[in-house]
Amino acid sequence: MLPNPATVESVAEAMNMAEIKGRSLWADARQRFLHNKAAVVSLIILALVGAFALFGGLLAQYENDFVDFTLIGSNAYKGVPSLETSHYFGTDNSGRDLFARTVQGTGISLMVGIVGALVAVVVGTLYGATAGYFGGRVDGVMMRIVDVLMSIPFMFVLILMLVIFGRSIFMLFLGIGLISWLDMARIARGQTLTIKNKEFVEVAHATGVHPVKIILRHIVPNLLGIVIVYATLLVPNMIIFESFISFLGLGVQEPATSLGALINEGSSTMQYGYYWQIAFPLFFFVVTIFAFFFVGDGLRDALDPKDR
Amino acid sequence: MSPILSVRDLSVTFDVRAPGAWPWTPPGKLHAVSKVSFDLASGECLGIVGESGSGKSTLARAIVGTIPSSGGNILFEGADLANMDPRQRRVHRRDVQMIFQDPLAALNPRMTVGDIIAEPLITHEPKTPRAEVKARVRTLMEKVGLLPNLVNRYPHEFSGGQCQRIGIARALILKPKLLICDEPVSALDVSVQAQVINLLMDLQRDMGLSMIFIAHDLSVVNHISDRTLVLYLGCVMETADSSILTTAPEHPYSQALIASVPIPDPVLERARPRPVLEGELPSPLNPPSGCVFRTRCPKVQLSCADKRPALTDLGNAHQVACPFHAATQLLSVQP
Repeated sequence: MLPNPATVESVAEAMNMAEIKGRSLWADARQRFLHNKAAVVSLIILALVGAFALFGGLLAQYENDFVDFTLIGSNAYKGVPSLETSHYFGTDNSGRDLFARTVQGTGISLMVGIVGALVAVVVGTLYGATAGYFGGRVDGVMMRIVDVLMSIPFMFVLILMLVIFGRSIFMLFLGIGLISWLDMARIARGQTLTIKNKEFVEVAHATGVHPVKIILRHIVPNLLGIVIVYATLLVPNMIIFESFISFLGLGVQEPATSLGALINEGSSTMQYGYYWQIAFPLFFFVVTIFAFFFVGDGLRDALDPKDR
Repeated sequence: MSPILSVRDLSVTFDVRAPGAWPWTPPGKLHAVSKVSFDLASGECLGIVGESGSGKSTLARAIVGTIPSSGGNILFEGADLANMDPRQRRVHRRDVQMIFQDPLAALNPRMTVGDIIAEPLITHEPKTPRAEVKARVRTLMEKVGLLPNLVNRYPHEFSGGQCQRIGIARALILKPKLLICDEPVSALDVSVQAQVINLLMDLQRDMGLSMIFIAHDLSVVNHISDRTLVLYLGCVMETADSSILTTAPEHPYSQALIASVPIPDPVLERARPRPVLEGELPSPLNPPSGCVFRTRCPKVQLSCADKRPALTDLGNAHQVACPFHAATQLLSVQP
């Protein structure tokens, strides 16, 4: 019945002993993702928006804080988007080049979203996995801390922080980082509870693998599917959150700007017919958020264990 | 020769809280394994049988150390595994390895087969050069009958039997002294079962392994193990050489177990008388007083409720935990 080693060897030699590259679950998921047209198109759009934020500044003819005094008072007919004046997106109310400002705003909004999601992924996943793996009293204490933090009205605290410590990008990142990991910790903990009872974790424990390594090697990789999906859906939420803060006038400090701040400014001049001041920032805002949601959806479909 | 493993009065209890109970109410005690003792000689294979819920797997996990024991000693080569601090225990884990029931669930789906097999080696000998790790993984894969060029594949690309071979390779890479198999073939179909069992027997002979083999299939246990231990509700009922146990069981529970093995001939199967065990396994939360088997025993006496019967030696390493076993004359009086 049993193939004896000699035959195994000869068969293996016959097969040239070429090590067959296995198809990991990640490779499977990638293939499913690439079959999802909406997700792929969204990914391309996201890449374009990212390129716009990174390299758009090279195309801009003006600095983002340069005030074009020749336009003041005649914004309505001289500040319109045009190729002749090199104000591709027109100018804002103070005569600054809207193209340069949109580039900067997109960059800051993306950064806020990605930093928030990164904090959530790193802190939230490790925190939740640790709480779930050790369980019992450790779990109880760690998750009650999360509950307490969640029950604090964060918008209120963040606004207070921005008022007391001054408005800066660092404060904004800090505030967003403080909130974003809480939900992720809960999700990661719930998943860990199901994974830690799987036999491969028990095997690792029985073999004598250190608990830290069990979490990093066996639990976190199996959590990542859900974590990644949640993170991509978190990025647009963070962008919206930041926009809301900026819309209230508490976000990024001038002359730096974000999409939310630009939309805020644009909305106040909309009634005078300066449509471009809201149209361009809003376009990038909506496109980015839609693209993130579609990519998140695509990832969820690709990584969903039910499809396997 | 001193035994490689001797388990003395090993007990495992779990605290069980009724849902919605107050935090300060004392939890109920679930006696999964109570005062089990046995010896395992070097190179020997001990089979453990019993119905579901009899504590077979809990016993195995307590020996391996994934479940803490609540009393007794596990002496492995003289060192007491049960009362060691976690760090010391981790060092000792290399000599005792385990194979699990569900072959696919025991393999991390995100790791390649090569990484899975190499994990114990990397854990206990982290300084081994990569080339040597790779070489040892390959030789071991050949040994368990897997093509070594499959090292970079993932567990979901293998069949159940192949997955079990991967699990065996992982358990053997550190050349352990004791291998515990927790129903390693129950999840496989019959033809693959035979392959895996023969593989285990070959490996045991070649590597001089001591084994504990858990199964609920008596014929499988009889085939592979030298001695067999019958467990009921966490208590040892009978230990004997496998051949003796299957032909001349002494304990009423063992007799019922043996009698329940189907005969692969419909005529004989229908014709034979069958001592039917009535009722269910009693709750381990509240085990019967005295002999735990008395609630279902066909030969129950009044005195059975008084105290738990000790294992009596019938010679030839045959031990029975029943004063009214088949060899005594008393039984013929009681119908």
